[in-house]
Amino acid sequence: MEYAISVEGLRKRYGEREVLSGVSLSVAAGSVFGLLGPNGAGKTTIVRTLATLLDIEEGKATVAGFDVARQGAEVRKRIGLTGQYAAVDARLTGRENLVLLGTLAHLGRQRARQRAEELLEVFDLQEAANRLVGTYSGGMRRRLDLGASLIAEPEVIFLDEPTTGLDLISRTALWNMVRTQAEAGVTVLLTTQYLEEADQLADRVAVIDQGQVMAEGTPTELKNKVGGERLEITVETAELAQRALVPLAAVGVAAPIVDSTGLRISVALDAGTGGIADAATGLQRAGIAVADFSVRRPSLDDVFLQLTGHRTEDTTVAAAGRTER
Amino acid sequence: MSYVLTDSAALFGRHLTHFKRLPQQLISVTLMPIMFVFLFGYLFGSSMVVPDGKYLDYIMAGILAQMMLANAINTGVGVADDLNNGLVDRFRSLPMTQFSVLLGRTAADLVLNIIALLFMVLVGLLMGWRPHGSALSTIGGVALLLLLGYTMTWLGCLIGLTLRHPQVINSVAMAVTMPLAFLSAGFFPINNLPGWVSAIASWNPVSAIVTGVRELWGNPVGYGDDPSWPLRHPVPVSLITLIVLLLIIVPLATRAYRSAAAKTT
Repeated sequence: MEYAISVEGLRKRYGEREVLSGVSLSVAAGSVFGLLGPNGAGKTTIVRTLATLLDIEEGKATVAGFDVARQGAEVRKRIGLTGQYAAVDARLTGRENLVLLGTLAHLGRQRARQRAEELLEVFDLQEAANRLVGTYSGGMRRRLDLGASLIAEPEVIFLDEPTTGLDLISRTALWNMVRTQAEAGVTVLLTTQYLEEADQLADRVAVIDQGQVMAEGTPTELKNKVGGERLEITVETAELAQRALVPLAAVGVAAPIVDSTGLRISVALDAGTGGIADAATGLQRAGIAVADFSVRRPSLDDVFLQLTGHRTEDTTVAAAGRTER
Repeated sequence: MSYVLTDSAALFGRHLTHFKRLPQQLISVTLMPIMFVFLFGYLFGSSMVVPDGKYLDYIMAGILAQMMLANAINTGVGVADDLNNGLVDRFRSLPMTQFSVLLGRTAADLVLNIIALLFMVLVGLLMGWRPHGSALSTIGGVALLLLLGYTMTWLGCLIGLTLRHPQVINSVAMAVTMPLAFLSAGFFPINNLPGWVSAIASWNPVSAIVTGVRELWGNPVGYGDDPSWPLRHPVPVSLITLIVLLLIIVPLATRAYRSAAAKTT
């Protein structure tokens, strides 16, 4: 298989702190790859390294067939980057921004103008094309920013938390753009804190935590790692929740976990439906009144919790000692 | 190689567009100098004495030199702005020549300086200042001020890229440029100063620059009978000092650009 991005044993430290502790990844050409992890996991450092913004201290990386450390100029001809900020000039109009970046991407004046018009149309910014970007809404800025990263028709695009802080409409537009690019054969590497986003868009996902790849695979493969279906019950009091742990532990394949409210317990069941009946019986025998009883397929959130001991977002878990943000 | 020129030209255009959109920038650059011309040259001028002429004729070079020194602040804040809002990241991910980012900006600031200087020359003429040299040497004086301004824009790049925070850039650039402006022959003759202060002031490059400009403009130089060595040869000393400073600052600023962009997390 042809890889558009390959990373081997990438390490990076800022002073004492090691932010990447030997990351290895391979991204097939024309696929969408998701880097999933909480703030500070090292996702941005990976993206910035691959986009030639950071020096490689240890390890090796190639993008679009070129060595990132030694052939940076060749890499830059073939990539588009959208960072966490909308990196556009607020004191220029939308059109001027795109023409400027097209010129700097060495498209030539004529082609830069032509490309700017195409992108203004694709990202629905034609009406705002002559307005200063400073007057744009957050979503419009983000769309312009995305357009800017596509100006030179890159082979590989990097999207660093592209939907953070976006409204629903802009998020949908972005998701569509990612799918369109992938269909056209462009390789997309995106980072996200949102499991739903990785699940929706990515062909393959790497779960990143504390500078390491905790797991890698298709969303389905990762879900299968967590076992079969998950049973979630909700009870009225925290005391009942504690008592319910005993019968639930007896039917689960892993220890049941109480969430931050202290009232909801989730437990991974063995494949097959016997576990559900056993759990119901066990709870009834223990005299525990259940307010809500549901079974669901495991989500990437469960994968994350299982692999790292904490969730991707702010929700703290009884079992996890670490909070994000 | 030709990309250095086209890339710089594109970024130069970007900054000129900013300037066209916000011509008030000219006011923010020239407001202080106008106040100084009015206060020092006009109001206090009668009580200030310089050996060989009018105080207004003496002080023009000093006021304009201070205006050029202030470039360090404006450029520094502008460069840090691009760094903080992610534009530098975008530039760095493009196949463009990175040196053009600083080259385009400093070239645009040079144009702003030319406009501001011409404007101030008009203000000075209205207030009664007169150059007495030839047309060529008058232009030479303006060119020397522009070279000071250009050196200061590069110093601004270096400060901005190293310090990043607009507030800090402001304070540091002030702390560097204020003593340079006032501990010099910019605003008053330095032979009246106490011994050691006078020694510092006479070796301050700004003293040589303003004295050089005064010489070129045929304005009073005000250094009395026994000027220090730099003031006896102000034009060559100024030129050499500024060129040497540029040769040091430009590579440092270029390096700061590279490492500043790499530091952002």
